[in-house]
Amino acid sequence: MTVRILAAGAALAALAGAATAEELHIYNWTDYTAPELIEKFEAETGIDVIVDTYDTNETLLAKLKSGATGYDIVVPSQHFVKIMIQEGLLQKIDIKSMPNYANVDPRWKNPPWDPNQEYSVPWQWGSASFSYRADLYSGKGESLKEFFEPSEEVSGRLQVFASPDEVYNMANLYLGLPFCSEDPEDAKKVLALFQAQKPHVLTYSSEGMNDRLATGEVIMATHWNGYSLVGRREANPNIIYAYPKEGIVGWFDSLVVPVGASNVEAARKFMNFVMDPENIALQSNFAAYSNGIMGSEKYMDEALRTAPELNPPADVPVKFGEACSAEAQKLIERVWTQLLQ
Amino acid sequence: MSEVAVIDARRRWLALAPAYLVIGVFMVIPLMIMVAISFMEQNVYGGVFRVFSTDAYTQFLFQRDFDGNLVFNPAYLVILGRSVALAAAATAICVAVGFSVAWFIVRQPPRRRNLLVFLITIPFWTNLLVRAYAWVIILGRGGVIDSPFRALGLLGPDGTLGLLYTNTAILIGLTYTYLPLMVLPIYASLEKLDFRLVEAASDLYADKWWTMRQVVLPLAAPGVIAGAILVFVPALGDFISPNLLGGAKRLTLGSLVQFQFATARNWPFGAAVAVILLVFVMASLALYVRLTRKAGKAGQP
Amino acid sequence: MSARTRRRAETQAETHSGAGRIAHFGWLGPLALAFYAFLYSPIVVLIAYSFNDSRFAMIWQGFSLKWYATVLENGDIQTAALNSLVVATAATAISVSIATVAALALARGGAFRGKTLSMGLIALPIVVPEIVTAVATLMFFSAIGLSLGLGNLIIAHTVFCIPFAFMPIRARLQGMDETLEQAAADLYASRWEAFRLVTLPLLAPGIFAGAVLAFVISLDDFIISLMISDAGTTTLPVYIFSMIRRGVTPEVNAVSTILFSVSLVLVSIYWLASRPKKDEA
Repeated sequence: MTVRILAAGAALAALAGAATAEELHIYNWTDYTAPELIEKFEAETGIDVIVDTYDTNETLLAKLKSGATGYDIVVPSQHFVKIMIQEGLLQKIDIKSMPNYANVDPRWKNPPWDPNQEYSVPWQWGSASFSYRADLYSGKGESLKEFFEPSEEVSGRLQVFASPDEVYNMANLYLGLPFCSEDPEDAKKVLALFQAQKPHVLTYSSEGMNDRLATGEVIMATHWNGYSLVGRREANPNIIYAYPKEGIVGWFDSLVVPVGASNVEAARKFMNFVMDPENIALQSNFAAYSNGIMGSEKYMDEALRTAPELNPPADVPVKFGEACSAEAQKLIERVWTQLLQ
Repeated sequence: MSEVAVIDARRRWLALAPAYLVIGVFMVIPLMIMVAISFMEQNVYGGVFRVFSTDAYTQFLFQRDFDGNLVFNPAYLVILGRSVALAAAATAICVAVGFSVAWFIVRQPPRRRNLLVFLITIPFWTNLLVRAYAWVIILGRGGVIDSPFRALGLLGPDGTLGLLYTNTAILIGLTYTYLPLMVLPIYASLEKLDFRLVEAASDLYADKWWTMRQVVLPLAAPGVIAGAILVFVPALGDFISPNLLGGAKRLTLGSLVQFQFATARNWPFGAAVAVILLVFVMASLALYVRLTRKAGKAGQP
Repeated sequence: MSARTRRRAETQAETHSGAGRIAHFGWLGPLALAFYAFLYSPIVVLIAYSFNDSRFAMIWQGFSLKWYATVLENGDIQTAALNSLVVATAATAISVSIATVAALALARGGAFRGKTLSMGLIALPIVVPEIVTAVATLMFFSAIGLSLGLGNLIIAHTVFCIPFAFMPIRARLQGMDETLEQAAADLYASRWEAFRLVTLPLLAPGIFAGAVLAFVISLDDFIISLMISDAGTTTLPVYIFSMIRRGVTPEVNAVSTILFSVSLVLVSIYWLASRPKKDEA
């Protein structure tokens, strides 16, 4: 069924594409595409860029899975890139032949989620950990113990992400368990850890971290590194992003082209465009996240280049979330549902 | 019955045709897709496998524990109960407040009535999320409500009444979101009240409570029932209030379905919960139709 | 306090039919006042925070107009707001028309087989959780290859607006005095004239309430719009909810305040325009 839907959609999108002028439809989070970058691209190529927005990777997957079409570029995180490739939702793009491909940092070439770099171009990357108010909290954010087994100070003033995606892996890091374990015993341990933490949690929410940290409503919260940086610089200088010794959970967003894209050529141009260090620096300066392009540092704001949030200490491991097997994914879902039931 | 009162069958179906067509095509067909999905197998990467399965329904009452045994699991029934209780409480508050306000508005001169009705709806031009955030600011630690208590020294400088992230906060959110859906239908049915009749009645029987019970309430009944449906049903499926104001610490039916589709990627189970909710509400609605029939008969002179 | 007393005095002076005296409860006025205060308190807060210098929705850092400047420069948010208004207006017009004739048919159709079923069918869109409708409708639209841009959104919104428009209209119709219409039918030759000149004005408050509800519900919808929207048709709620990656900014408060002001201006115009006609009547 899916195949037929996709085929129908693709045919229709092709028709729509032929009828309109040169347009590039990007589907991304709100405020996550630098306006300066878009303007420069439009000026250089004459292509009209239209940005639509979604709220989560899951929404993006659900939409593509249900047959939504017309988007030329979407921006999933690493594990979703892998899932989308598996599910046949993405087009192969000859990325290695693009002139700017040489600029990609070797560290991010042929990543595990796209081993031959056939589908994805690096966009932004960062990490998830927890942040705390240094003036209201006596700890140093050195261990995930401070987050999962909070002290009296933090109790009742702790915010945890509303979705298990990163938090589950933080628990795995703390307990020394592998990511995507299929062993029910491991799931039991994670559930017990979450359940012990729950009485101390004020709210499960994936937004408003800086607001709540700055007002003191919470004094510790799961956080994204770049967003925590924005909070420290613009909301309260005491918002500190923790680097616990057990490690932090990495994420890596890439540009990919879904099946059913109406203007693949424009998408290719845009992909090549963002692999230019000066261009991608515009994006990093805007969103306050790192990119995977060599030489972009010299175009980046001084404050970003040296920010502790964007430069993890060498001794703290950064472990990227993976696309789990069906068995492992079901365990994660069960643990989270039981936690909140 | 006269010619106007009863439309002949052909015209009746003609008048109903657009509603049937739109809802039939764009609601019933998608719903049938959903019912079909609830009987399929979950694809953890989104979507379903086209294999018949009743797992989703079994999951609502039973659960395989981590060791693989099937045991009775009341958790989802508890979630159902919690959602019904919250929605019922919000509906009750809305009926009480909504009826009083509608009665207040109806007693104003006509021109002011329209203004007052408009004023109810204007706040809802602003986005739900933004309004919810405003409530977070009002109810939160050191917020609009805490501040005067702190100023009076009733709370410490860092103290809070702790209103946010409680069931009270969820109820405030639900009431706030759905009150207009109660006031407007009640107002619409009260507005046709012939005040000369009421005046005559109250001249005869001086007691204003008698007037309320015998004249106003029967007239308002269809509006109250319509409002109760418009409040109760969406409140049952609401997830913004439980998540933003309640702190998302306990699932409600709305957040459960949302979670299954948007996070857990268990479409069959999400669809099954929706089907169960649908059956539950449709049963209540059948009750409503019987009630209105009675009310309709009682309301006729 | 004095303002309230004055208002009540005015009320009584203006009320010619004597409605002010009937079943009058002293606490009604204060309760109504509290009710409107409850409705507007979050609005006051969000307007205040639209002038916030901080980029965070909940932290006050001083007065600034910068978010209004941002809105004026930001084509995306303007397009999103415009999309929302277009969809809400179209969906309201269509759903109210459909709901009005359906409500009339059900109220005036006598007792017939399938009446209960019809009621259930019309209520269906509010019974099914939004996310379910959203995913299922998207699958259905894809399957039949429906890709009309904003048209897709208008269709989906019309569907869930119908019950919200229908309920107040039906409540209004129930027990409505039919003698007037019967008299009208005797006076006017055509049914249509009887309908237009008598039934419709009688029904107006119900239609008005239904239209207002439908409009507001459509304007606020997020989940269905998020799923159904084609490329290039992001609505304002979708735009706002998708700010999660970098946080919701007071830009949203600013655009909300602008919308709020527009609606306030429209209502004022309506109120002033309706003055002479109503006073004569």
